[in-house]
Formats: sequence, structure tokens, C-alpha cells
Amino acid sequence: MVAPAPKIVYQRPASLATRVTHYCPGCTHGVAHRLIAEVLDEMGLREKTIGVAPVGCSVFAYNYFNHDYVEAAHGRAPAMATGIKRVLPQQTVYTYQGDGDLASIGMAEIMHAAARGEQITVVFINNAIYGMTGGQMAPTTLPGMVTTSSPGGRDVESMGFPIRMSEILAKMDGAGYIVRRSLHDPANIRKAKKAIRLAFETQERGLGFSMVELLSSCPTNWKLTPVDALTFIEDRMIPMFPLGDYKVNDEIANLRV
Amino acid sequence: MAKKLYKGNEAFAEAAVRAGCEGFFGYPITPSTEFLEYMAWRMPELGRAFVQAESEVAAINMVYGAACTGKRVMTASSSPGISLMMEGISYIAGTEVPCVIINVMRGGPGLGNIAPSQGDYYQMVKGGGHGDYFPIAIAPASVQEAVDLIGLSFDLAEKYRSVVHVLVDGNLGQMMEPCEMPPMQELPAPPEWAVTGAKGRDANILSSIYIEPADEEVANIRLLKRWMEIEENEVRYQEYSLEDAEIAIIAFGTSGRVSSTAVRQARAEGIKVGLFRPITLAPFPKKEISALAKRVKRILVVEMNTGMMLEDVSQCVQGQVPIEFYGRLGGMTPLPDEIYDEITRISQNMDAPASPNPRLEWVARLEKIIEGEK
Ligand SMILES: Cc1ncc(C[n+]2csc(CCOP(=O)(O)OP(=O)(O)O)c2C)c(N)n1
Repeated sequence: MVAPAPKIVYQRPASLATRVTHYCPGCTHGVAHRLIAEVLDEMGLREKTIGVAPVGCSVFAYNYFNHDYVEAAHGRAPAMATGIKRVLPQQTVYTYQGDGDLASIGMAEIMHAAARGEQITVVFINNAIYGMTGGQMAPTTLPGMVTTSSPGGRDVESMGFPIRMSEILAKMDGAGYIVRRSLHDPANIRKAKKAIRLAFETQERGLGFSMVELLSSCPTNWKLTPVDALTFIEDRMIPMFPLGDYKVNDEIANLRV
Repeated sequence: MAKKLYKGNEAFAEAAVRAGCEGFFGYPITPSTEFLEYMAWRMPELGRAFVQAESEVAAINMVYGAACTGKRVMTASSSPGISLMMEGISYIAGTEVPCVIINVMRGGPGLGNIAPSQGDYYQMVKGGGHGDYFPIAIAPASVQEAVDLIGLSFDLAEKYRSVVHVLVDGNLGQMMEPCEMPPMQELPAPPEWAVTGAKGRDANILSSIYIEPADEEVANIRLLKRWMEIEENEVRYQEYSLEDAEIAIIAFGTSGRVSSTAVRQARAEGIKVGLFRPITLAPFPKKEISALAKRVKRILVVEMNTGMMLEDVSQCVQGQVPIEFYGRLGGMTPLPDEIYDEITRISQNMDAPASPNPRLEWVARLEKIIEGEK
């Protein structure tokens, strides 16, 4: 009797490099990377995709993907992606950015990329903290949250309020797809993957600027265990940053993938 | 091709188009704005990329991204805008991707004014951004020369994977002059290092990070060696009436051009004076200026700044002959008569001892001139 050929249910996406990442245990950057790679594979985009890595913990993202990549200055990934997309309009261009990168130093670049309806996709990792520089306050840090630069907890009176980027960017006429998802459990990770797929579909169909905000963990700088960090996302971050579809182009809303 | 009357900035823009520029990214600023306005219709007409960015910070990072695709890309701005671009320029240099940056310089520091200046010499010639890198810096003195050198700038940028700064001032940007355009160049295929999508090849990565200092050191050495090759091969300058000269003026760009008028005037009076005009400020014509110092009795440096190139000239001259300085500042352009007066003053005092600090006497003379202009 011949044994039936094994069915492959899980393997490394071709768009992901065979390399061990430098991310801390329990960090969700790796999950986000994998979701992007799976989507690029499924859509057959690997050979036409150019990624733009940020300055932040994911500064070396280009090492973990198996497609063309550039590394931007802190906050400038949307401008760099604009330059690439405008001279190579047939190619697929995406940025991968943290919250300090996107919502603080790079606020002008993200707003204007969206306003121009730049045909790029942005994967926005919101972990409410500056990971790479050792846990300082981010524009998304929760009120009262202790960081190395808000040691008494974020006091909104003097340090301002968290910024909700999806809500803001959804107001831009140039945006085609703006949603917020979370990476704290498998069900939400599946939803995040579908959102990333729809964001790239938005770009491939020329429907405008697309962004998926992903609520992510930073156990090291939050000073929590990996499991507690996931609970923190669910209990503390989601109330401040509600999950949902903030802007979805009709064509994408009716798309079945 | 016949000569046509062009406004400087528009001529520069058309020259860039003809050199095969496929992406222009900029932000309006006087006195360079006509460059952007010209590109705003010219680039789309040819199906090429034009974006008016939200700031010079964004503009230079768009240039950075587009440069990574291996296409010929550029920006043009004026002094404060160039300051804002410096981080991006350093990244471009660190990533070793080519690009051309035109600075139509204006009076500063700070907001300064919109009048012509050469006050960005240090910034453009020495680098301006952080870290160990060497831009090529080219300083044309007429609209035609700028048109010709913009084509060369793209070639050099590509050949050496380098940043090329083109320094002009508001005079050149704003003046109208007849000039002949080069023919339209064919667009080159992307080089093998470019990010274009990894179709049928390994992925290309372009980055300015070398997280291991030992690797960064190797990269720094690579950049330095390339720079030394540029110093060896790409020095350009122009000599005028220097054959029998006893006084040599050294001046670049507009100051060089104004000086050439003064030299003609003084020659008509029988004064043995000539002009040495560096065209590349980086690489600086060190050997040539050092050799010149052996032939002449006195050197006069003329600039539209406080004597920035003066320091480079002094280094080459090494005290072989006395150096004098004349400059106008803050957006003021010297008249040929002012330089002519300097030439006659020097020619009547050829035996005067060298000043330990030529700026001292110059400031005193300039303050008198300013007093007289009131
Ligand atoms: C111009 C500039 N300013 C500051 C820094 C230092 N810096 C590096 S990463 C970073 C914060 C990154 O935080 P975030 O974008 O939230 O990403 P994360 O590290 O949390 O993934 C800062 C401030 C820099 N590299 N460049």
C-alpha cells in the first residue's frame, strides 16, 4: 500500500528569508512579518514588491524578508515609498513603521502620503512605546502608562494625549483602506492577515493609500511576561485604540478573498 | 542646436530633463522656485515623476527612495531648504545611491533673504550632513555652463554612486541668458544594485546601516577610496589671462564671473592679473592652486561670503605668496569696479608684507565701502 503524499499545512512563505530574527521573546513584530510574507506569496507579489523599513526595532526588517527592501530615515518611510512608487508605478511598495516613527517624527510624511492618495501600503505597528531606544514614551503611550521618559506615568496635562492614527487618516480623501487590528490572539491574527491582504488589494487596484494598524506587544519595555503583554493589549490598549474598519473603499468592501 | 533665451532656473531644469532625470521632488523656495514650476509641467508631459512634497525633508526622502531604483533623480532648493535636507543627503551618501542636488544659494544665516549668496560653501562643499562622506560640489558661472555641468553631474553621480551638489546663486537662477541645450538622452537601464522587484534574482537591499562598527569602518574606507579616485580624476577649473600674471584672483561661480570682467578692465590698464576659477569645489583644485602660488606674486580670493573658500586656498598656498581677500555678504553681489579697485590697490602695493589675517583688513575696507554706498 502506498502512503498518501503528506499534505503541507504550514511552511515558511517564500517572501520570508530563512533567518532568525533579533526580536525579543513575545514581541509581535515577527508575527506581523509573517502575515505580510504570506499575503505577498498568496497574491504573487514577491517579485515586484519593494519594502521600506523604518528606524525602530524593525530597522532590520529587510533582513527577514525575501524581496527587495530599502531602509528609510526615522519617520520618512512614506516619503521614500512615494519616491519609489512614483518612478516605478507598476511595482508594489509598502512601508513597515512603528508608532514613534509614524505618529511622531514622521507625522507630516504619513499625513501627506495619505492626502496625496499615494498608492502604497503601510503596516503600522502600534506598541505604545519606543522599543528600540529602550522604552520611552510614544505618541501612542496610554495615559498613566509608565515609561522611561514618563517615569511617573503619562500625565496628559503636561505630556498630551495618545494619538489615534487610524481615526485621523480615515478622514483623508486620499485614503482607500484604513483599519485597526490586533495581534494578541490567533483569532485576531487571522483578521489582521485578512486586513493586510485587503490593504495590498487596495494598492494593486489603485484605490488609494492603505494602512493596517496592528496593536502589538512589547514585553521587554512594558516589563511584562509575553503572556501578560498580550493581556495588556486586550485589556488596556483596545479600549484606547478600538479595533475596526475606519475607511474601506466600496470595491474592497465587496471583495471576497 | 540653436541658442535660445532661457531663465537660469528653467534652463537648469530642462538640462536635467535632457540628461534623463526621471524623478523630481521639491518644495517651493525663492530663488529656486522656477525650477520646480518648470518641472511641474515638463515631467508629467514626458510621463516622468514630479511631486511637490510637503517639505524639503519629505522631498529629499522621495529623492532617496527614487534614487534606490537606479533612475536619475534630483531636487532643487535654496539654502534653508537645503539645510532641512541634510539628514536625507547623509542617508543617500551612506547608501551609496546617486543623486543630483541643486542649491540656488541665498543670503543667510537663518531666514536671511532671497538675494544671491555663496554663504553655503561649507555646507555644500564639506558635506553638511552627519558622518564621514564626501559630496562632489560643482559651481558653474553661467547659465550655459550650468546646463552643461548638470549633464556631467548626473554622469558623475552614477559613476561614483555619489551625491553631487550643484552650487549656483540667485543671480544665475534668476538671470536670462542665451544657451544651447544638449540633445535628449536615452534613459539608461537600471543598474544591478537597484531595487526594482526581485524578479529572477536575489533580493536587493539598500541601506545606510552598518551596525557593527568594524563594518562601518570598511564602508567608510570604501567611500574614502572612492573619494580619492574622484580627487584624482574629476578636478575641473578654468584659467583666464594667467600666463604672465603677477596677481591671481581665485573666485568661483558668480564671483568668478564678476572677477573676469574686472580682470579684463585691469588688463586694459596693463596690470598683469588673471583669474583662476575652480569649477569643482569638491574635489578642490589643490595641486593647481599650489602650483599657481609658485608662479604669481599675490593672490586675491573673491567670494560672496566671509571667506570660506579662502581657507581652502590658504591651505593650498601654504604661505608661498601673500593672500588677500575681498567679499560681499548677506545677499550682496560685488560689482566689477569693486574688484577692479582691489586689483589696482594690490598692484600698487606688491611689496607689502603678507597679512596674518587678510579678513581683518578686508572687513575694514568693506565697512568703508558700505559707508560710501549710503
Ligand atoms: C532623527 C532621529 N531621531 C531619533 C532617532 C532615535 N530613535 C531610533 S528608533 C526610535 C523610536 C522608535 O520607536 P517606534 O517607531 O515606536 O518603533 P519600535 O522601536 O517601538 O518598534 C528613536 C527615537 C533616530 N534614529 N533618528
